[in-house]
Amino acid sequence: MSERETKGKVGVKELSPIDVYKLLPKTNCKECGEENCMAFATKVVNREVPIEKCPPLLTREYEKAYKQLKEMLKPAIKEIVVGTGEKAVKIGGKLVMYRHEFTYFNPTAIAIDVTDEMADEEVLNRVNRTAQFSFDYIGQTLKLDMIVVRSTSDNPDKFKATVEKTVEKTSLPLILCSLNSNVLEAGLAVAPKARPLLYAATKENWKDMAELALKYDCPLVVSAPNDLRLLKSLVKTLLAYGVEDLVLDPGTFLGDGLGDALNDFTMIRRAACKRGDELCGLPLLGVPMVAWMDRGEAPEEIAKWKEAYLAAMQIVRFADLVIMHSVDGWSLLPNVVLRQNIYTDPRKPVAVASGLKVFGAPDENSPVMFTTNFALTYYTVASDIENAKVNAYLLVVDTEGIAVDSAVAGRKLTAEKVADALKASGIEDKVKHRKLIIPGKAARLSGEIEELSNWQVLVGPRDSSDIPKYLQQKWQTQT
Amino acid sequence: MTKPYGEKLSENKPVRCQKCGKSVRPKAPPLLKAKPTEIIEAEFVPPVETYPGKIVEVKLGATRGEGGTRGKSMVVGGETTPAFYTFEKPTPHQPVITLDVFDMAVPLAKAVKMHVKEVVGDPAAWAKLAVEKFEADMVTIHLISIDPLIKDASPKDAVKTVEEVAQAVDVPLVIGGCGDPVKDADVFAEIAETFAGERFLMSSVTRDMDVERCAQFIKKNGHVALSFTPMDLNLARELNHRLYDFLPREDIVMDLTTAALGYGLDYAFTNMERARLAGLMGDAELAHPMSSGTTNAWAAREAWLKMAPEWEPRELRGPLWEVVTALTLLLAGVDLFMMMHPAAVKTLKEVTRRLLNGGLGDANKFAEWVSKKI
Repeated sequence: MSERETKGKVGVKELSPIDVYKLLPKTNCKECGEENCMAFATKVVNREVPIEKCPPLLTREYEKAYKQLKEMLKPAIKEIVVGTGEKAVKIGGKLVMYRHEFTYFNPTAIAIDVTDEMADEEVLNRVNRTAQFSFDYIGQTLKLDMIVVRSTSDNPDKFKATVEKTVEKTSLPLILCSLNSNVLEAGLAVAPKARPLLYAATKENWKDMAELALKYDCPLVVSAPNDLRLLKSLVKTLLAYGVEDLVLDPGTFLGDGLGDALNDFTMIRRAACKRGDELCGLPLLGVPMVAWMDRGEAPEEIAKWKEAYLAAMQIVRFADLVIMHSVDGWSLLPNVVLRQNIYTDPRKPVAVASGLKVFGAPDENSPVMFTTNFALTYYTVASDIENAKVNAYLLVVDTEGIAVDSAVAGRKLTAEKVADALKASGIEDKVKHRKLIIPGKAARLSGEIEELSNWQVLVGPRDSSDIPKYLQQKWQTQT
Repeated sequence: MTKPYGEKLSENKPVRCQKCGKSVRPKAPPLLKAKPTEIIEAEFVPPVETYPGKIVEVKLGATRGEGGTRGKSMVVGGETTPAFYTFEKPTPHQPVITLDVFDMAVPLAKAVKMHVKEVVGDPAAWAKLAVEKFEADMVTIHLISIDPLIKDASPKDAVKTVEEVAQAVDVPLVIGGCGDPVKDADVFAEIAETFAGERFLMSSVTRDMDVERCAQFIKKNGHVALSFTPMDLNLARELNHRLYDFLPREDIVMDLTTAALGYGLDYAFTNMERARLAGLMGDAELAHPMSSGTTNAWAAREAWLKMAPEWEPRELRGPLWEVVTALTLLLAGVDLFMMMHPAAVKTLKEVTRRLLNGGLGDANKFAEWVSKKI
């Protein structure tokens, strides 16, 4: 094998804070904001802070140690930045193949296309919808990341005009897309400092694309559909040419090619993460948009549906960036949520603190409800109660971060736990009544809760969006 | 080619910038090397692994020849490689889909209800619809009415319902309990005996049931246990281990709990992915086919709730929610999907069939997307 094997390199899991500590200045100067160098080393190993946060390390004296640390902490998949400024997007930077081995960094970027033959109004509309896409989910805002400008005209002037319009409208990073380097350069001329991702170098045009990437200091996609040997050869060639920021496109296929599409991504990622193949250690680009090819007379919904499920499979299987065409909420929402889920840090439970939460200004007659400490359940219930503008108590029961139905099935939510939580919360001193509204999905615990707690159980709605209606209709009649 | 900088610069030492006077560290100049003029060849060796373990094969349903009355039986498991790593080994069996049928009216999402409203309350007709129209491989009859908190229907009543369903369709059946550990065991016992030899999948055997009793009547009457645990691999190992005292490994499928997309799918995915990799690496207690209650996708309000216009129509968003939940878990290694919406079923079948058949990604056609008008 020509590429360097990383047998001597310490795996991400085996890397200990001591390994990092040994190379730090060990002066406990606190300039990084930590109490001492060991605390800093621990955060570095957990990838919570970059080593550049240690000012002394960046001085001449520690130059060698800095380089050693950089090498030691280098991710298996190179991190590449597309765009500039606040909206710049980092792709790649993965340390591991499977998320349970550590955690995934840099969620799969989602890019939406416009073309140089779309009417101005359509370009504008698509750019705006992409830039304004926003969904609130457990305290986070889920967004789309980039705009792809494709040349369907193969005309440099048209392409230039569309790129110009696009950069006027948005600061989202761009992917400029044409296999003709003259067309791409026309686009670059109006966004020379924007650091767009260029698509793509192929076995035919790689030299011209390499020159463009160097001239404008842009990252470059290397495309070799279903030919991993060619893909690696092109990477090797372009690296030798001096283009360092490369993104891999092994092709995306639907229908009978689906197996190849998954296999190519999987083999590349495994070669990089498990075999230390540095030529494969680059971000992967997926193009679920291929679902729109050969559509025939089929309704658009079919293409949107296929594109969405193909994107989902690629988000799960290693894609660092996906290019999509649909801007419909119904087809994008499952994927932005999936992406958030897959990129959640598995080292940290998605739970909130248990105990009594107060909404508005409850008094001794206010309703008492309970829910679990699974973050999503809690935030959903809390936002529904807030929206209802009612004064209420919400008891958060520790179910080890599991949602109501799963917690009931898995005995993480039991009548004992509810009764104990009621006692411990001190709610009995705060309200006169002894009526507990329980989640509809925990209805099976009613009898036992009454028995153990001496509270009367009212079975509430199965979904917390019905809480306002429920309280209006049931609570007032109850009191 | 001439060197653009002096000799000292190639050592990457800081120098003073002539314009601003600041000390700067130049990039190692790549220009020092000659640019290649031809493609430099590299090899790609597929990173193939071998695994000491194999996922056990479990047969669901039994034909007349096999001691039951089903028209066909289905086999799940048998993998010797992670899910669809077909560059290593082919996938031995297409994943199986069993559709939910309820023995009484239950709350259903509008997008689901519109497809089954004619048959709600008639489990036999519902099962027929699932098999004949929605192409279910199997049917799960959920015996909700046996719940002591709902109708407390007797084991005999449950047997009657199962009889109707077994008469209406000849696919293998999954017998779904109500979640009450005592009642479920009583009902499963009665059904196991009445339908001896059918290799029904008893869904499910949990840690707080009388595991020994359940394992014994499942074994004695020739059925299969679905070993259910709440997202904890140690508990899964422990329950399977307890079952081994009475049941051969070939009679156990496991359910590690499915959480919906957006509601803990990450836990479910990683738990299943870890279980499958552990099974392949030789952890026999986890080397069982996996089942997923994918219907749980509908517990996510985003699957069924009417939302602001930009997220509509929910008739598409809902089934897509189920599809994305299913595909995520398919890639973690799930062998048996318990599902609900016909469109989701159709897509999962299409995807698994394509993945199984393999074939070639068309390299020449791929680049069309770059310049094609849509």
